[in-house]
Parts: sequence; C-alpha cells; structure tokens
Amino acid sequence: MAEKKGLIKEFSKGIIAENPVLRLVLGTCPTLATTTSVESAVGMGLAASAVLVCSNVAISALRKVIPDKVRIPAYIVIIASFVTIVQMLVKAFMPALDEQLGVYLPLIVVNCIILGRAEAFASKNPVLASALDGLGMGVGFTVALFLMSSVREILGAGTFYGISVPFLAENPMLIFILPPGGFFVFGVLMAAVNRLAEKKGKPRAELRGCEACPMAHSCALNKKEESKEEVSKK
Amino acid sequence: MAKKLTVSASPHVRSNETTTGIMLDVIIALVPALVMSVVYFGLRALLLTAVTVCSAVLAEYVSRKVMKRSGTLGDLSAVVTGIILAFNLPSTLPFWMAAIGSVVAIVVVKQMFGGIGQNFVNPAMTARIILMVSFPTAMAQWVAPFTNSWDAVTTATPMATLASVQGGDVSAVASELPSLAEMLLGRHGGSMGEVCSIALICGGIYLILRKVISPVIPLTFIGTVAVCMLVAGGGNLEFVAYQLLGGGLMLGAFFMATDYATSPINTKGKIVFGIGCGLITSVIRIFGALPEGVSFSIILMNILVPHIENMTRPKPFGAVKEKKEKKEAKA
Repeated sequence: MAEKKGLIKEFSKGIIAENPVLRLVLGTCPTLATTTSVESAVGMGLAASAVLVCSNVAISALRKVIPDKVRIPAYIVIIASFVTIVQMLVKAFMPALDEQLGVYLPLIVVNCIILGRAEAFASKNPVLASALDGLGMGVGFTVALFLMSSVREILGAGTFYGISVPFLAENPMLIFILPPGGFFVFGVLMAAVNRLAEKKGKPRAELRGCEACPMAHSCALNKKEESKEEVSKK
Repeated sequence: MAKKLTVSASPHVRSNETTTGIMLDVIIALVPALVMSVVYFGLRALLLTAVTVCSAVLAEYVSRKVMKRSGTLGDLSAVVTGIILAFNLPSTLPFWMAAIGSVVAIVVVKQMFGGIGQNFVNPAMTARIILMVSFPTAMAQWVAPFTNSWDAVTTATPMATLASVQGGDVSAVASELPSLAEMLLGRHGGSMGEVCSIALICGGIYLILRKVISPVIPLTFIGTVAVCMLVAGGGNLEFVAYQLLGGGLMLGAFFMATDYATSPINTKGKIVFGIGCGLITSVIRIFGALPEGVSFSIILMNILVPHIENMTRPKPFGAVKEKKEKKEAKA
C-alpha cells in the first residue's frame, strides 16, 4: 500500500508541487516560444511528454548498463532517437502542427525537462516509477503550456483554439502575443502555482538554501555538505 | 531638567516636506498643460484625464486592499500617475483602453513591486509603452487641435514629419510643419499633454523653484538631445528647435525622467542618467523605425539606474582608495 502511494506521488508531484515549468523553471525556451497559440502549445506539450515518458523508461531500464562517465551523451542519444520518431510521426500525420512548431520540435532533444528528469530521476529509479514520473512531468508541462497559451491567445489574438472570442477579437492586446507579454503571463502563473504549492505545505521556491528547492530530494548537491562556493553564490 | 532634554535616535533635523505635499506640487505644475490640452482637444481630453485618474486611484485602493497593505491614497501619487498617463495618450483613445493603462501602471508596475518608491520603472511611461505595443492603431490616432474631437480628423505629428527629413533640411517639409511659435504653444498633433511645450516648461520651472526636482536631469536630457540633433541636422538650428519642442521631450524630461524612485540620487548619477536618456532618444529619433523615442529612452535608463548608482557612489569624507592587490586578494 505504501509503495502504491509512493507511485501515485511520483505521478502527481509533477503537476503542481514540482511542475517542471512553473516550479523547477525548466524548459523555459519552448514554453515562451510555443505558447502564442493554444494549438501549438498543446502540440508541443504532448510531443515533449511522449518523448519524456519513453526516454525515462529507456534510461531507467539501462541505468545499470550506462557507464557513469559517458551518461550524458548516452542519454542524449536515447532522447534524440525518440525525438526523431515523434518528429517523423508528427510530420506524417499532423503536417500543420509540424509547420507551426517549426524548429522547436527537433529542439525537444535539448529540452532541459527531459534531460533533467533523466539525470535527476530516471537514472536512479526503477522503470515503473520513472514512467510515472515522466508522465506526471509531461502532464504538468502540458497543463502549464495550455494555461499560458490560453491566456496569451485569448487576450493577445482574441481567439481560443482558433475560435474567435467576441469583443476581444476586434481589440486584441497584441503585447500578450509578443515576448514581453509571454514573460508577464509566465511570471503571474509562476506566482499562482507557488502559492498553491505553498498551501500544500511545500516551502516556497525561494533562495532559502537547498532544502527549499523543489528538486531537493533528488539533487546530488543536497546530499553533500553545501560547499562554500554555493553559499557565496547565494 | 529631564523633561527639557529629549533623547531620541537620529535624524534630528526634519523638513516639513511630505509625499502628499510633493505630489500636490507636481499636480499644480501639471495644471497649465492640462488646461491647454482641454483648450486644444476639447472636453474629451478632460474626460479622458478623469478616466485615467479615477481608474488609477481605484486600482491603487483595490490592490492595497487585496494585498492587505495600508491604504496609500492620501499621498496623491496615484492621481499624479493618472494625469501623466493621460498626457501621454491621444485624445481619441477609447476610455477602456486608458483604464487598462492605469491598471497596468498602478497594479503591475507599482504595487506588485511594493508600492510607492519601490517601482523600478516609471509607471505611466510603462503603461504608455504597453498600450502603444498592444493597440498600435488606437494609440496613433492623433487629431489636430481645435477640431471637434468626436469626429476629428487624424493628423501626422511633427515627429513623424521630421522623421522623413534628410539631413536636417526643414524647409523641404515646411508646408507640412507648424511654425515654431505654434510648436511652442502646442498647436500641432500629438499626445494630449505633450503638445504645449510652454506650459510644460512653466510647470517644470515651478517644480525646480519649489525644489521638488533638481534641474540636472531635464537640462542634461534636453541638452544632449540638442547637441545630437545639431550634429544630425548639420548645424541647422531650426531643425534642433523642432526636435526639442516636438514629441514628448519636455513632458518626459521634466515630469517623467525626474521620478524619485527611478532616477539616480547623486548629481553625478543624474548627469549620466540625463545624457543616457538624451542619447537613446536621439538615436531612436534619427535611426529608429519609430518617430519618437522619449518613452523608450526613459524606461531603458530607469532599468540602468542601479548600475549608475553603483558607478557613481560618492567617496566618503577622508576615504583612501583601496589598493589593487587588496581587491584581488578579496576576490
């Protein structure tokens, strides 16, 4: 029973408590770039989630085979193969989405959420837990992108998933489609999720030492004593 | 004896200046330009100002309540922000857009960063830029003064005309430009409050005489623009005069660049700040795609203020320069 609860937690933590975009602040580049419309944001979220789950499973299964010294190149090779598969599938079945996402689809290879989860989680945990972790993180990523893109598309273009919204469609606030508006929505959402997570008893993601970091339990630094350099950085 | 000796912590000498008093002075200084904007653009200018002021005050009240902070309506800073924002808008702007501008200025720029004195950029300037980027067509509906503003004719601002001038040759577009006297009095298209330069200069001089603002920033700002335009115009003084009186330069230099929270404290820093504003304004006016650059220059320099303060830190009395080896050892 306890194990089952643990597994559920591996899944659910990615949605709010350790949301990859809004709490861990990973994958900011695709987040800001693809959230100008709901369609491309959801496409991006789903594509990245698919790669994330597959690469987490593969890396977790191979974690005892991959030598420690060359783990990053090995992870990248695994991630890149899954990205290639996803990219080919999208090209074949959803050419419109492929055009919208453009360079950001192949760039999933270097998405820090995927490499981050491989390094921080999948390389240390069994296959099932890693799959659930990947799924949770993927859902968190997709939900965050969906929320951000909804706000940006409704206010900035006056449409939602291509359907025009009355009044706003005639007077869109263009700034929400532009980068400054993206950063603004990003910040506001981050604040909201921080508050939600705080209510659930997690400390705020502020610079209060390693314990407060949402990644504390899987971070290598946390296990050692904090070096002086780390302290002076803060 | 004990009653005659008051023992207290410093400061021991206090001035009677209050935030409310300073803001009241600013409002008084803004009145001439407000009157002129109503004269030129009709009742709608007054209504638009009322909308920005009311929405700014309301936004301040609500955001302080929501954030559970003490009310700060009494310091009148929201009223000043509202008036200055209205000055930066064309008189034809829909009221709800103006209200959005007020909310951006007060809630996003000011209250989210901690309220009065904590904002890192000028609230009204940022609101203007956000409106300009968001509603580019509505924010460029300049009308000529003395036309009925309900069915007004849009007109080009002198800045847009000047942007097409090659090498400072004003005579080429003389027919499209108002005369210099009209420029000074404000009989040309533009934002509500920025057209009447003479009213703004009077307000600025009042503020300097009341010691509310120091003359350093306005003088260096306007001076730098004058020098740059003299060079760009090939020594054509008429071109320089048009550049100084047109656009938002007077409003920006006297009322917005001098905002206490977003400008340096030392005179040395103020000089750097003013020159920076002037340079960026000139560069945007001469080379940029936009005809006017005062707002962007002030915002950019606002962001640099912490670094300017660091660079121009005053030397304490009697301090000796730290030796280089010592510094390296520390690092």
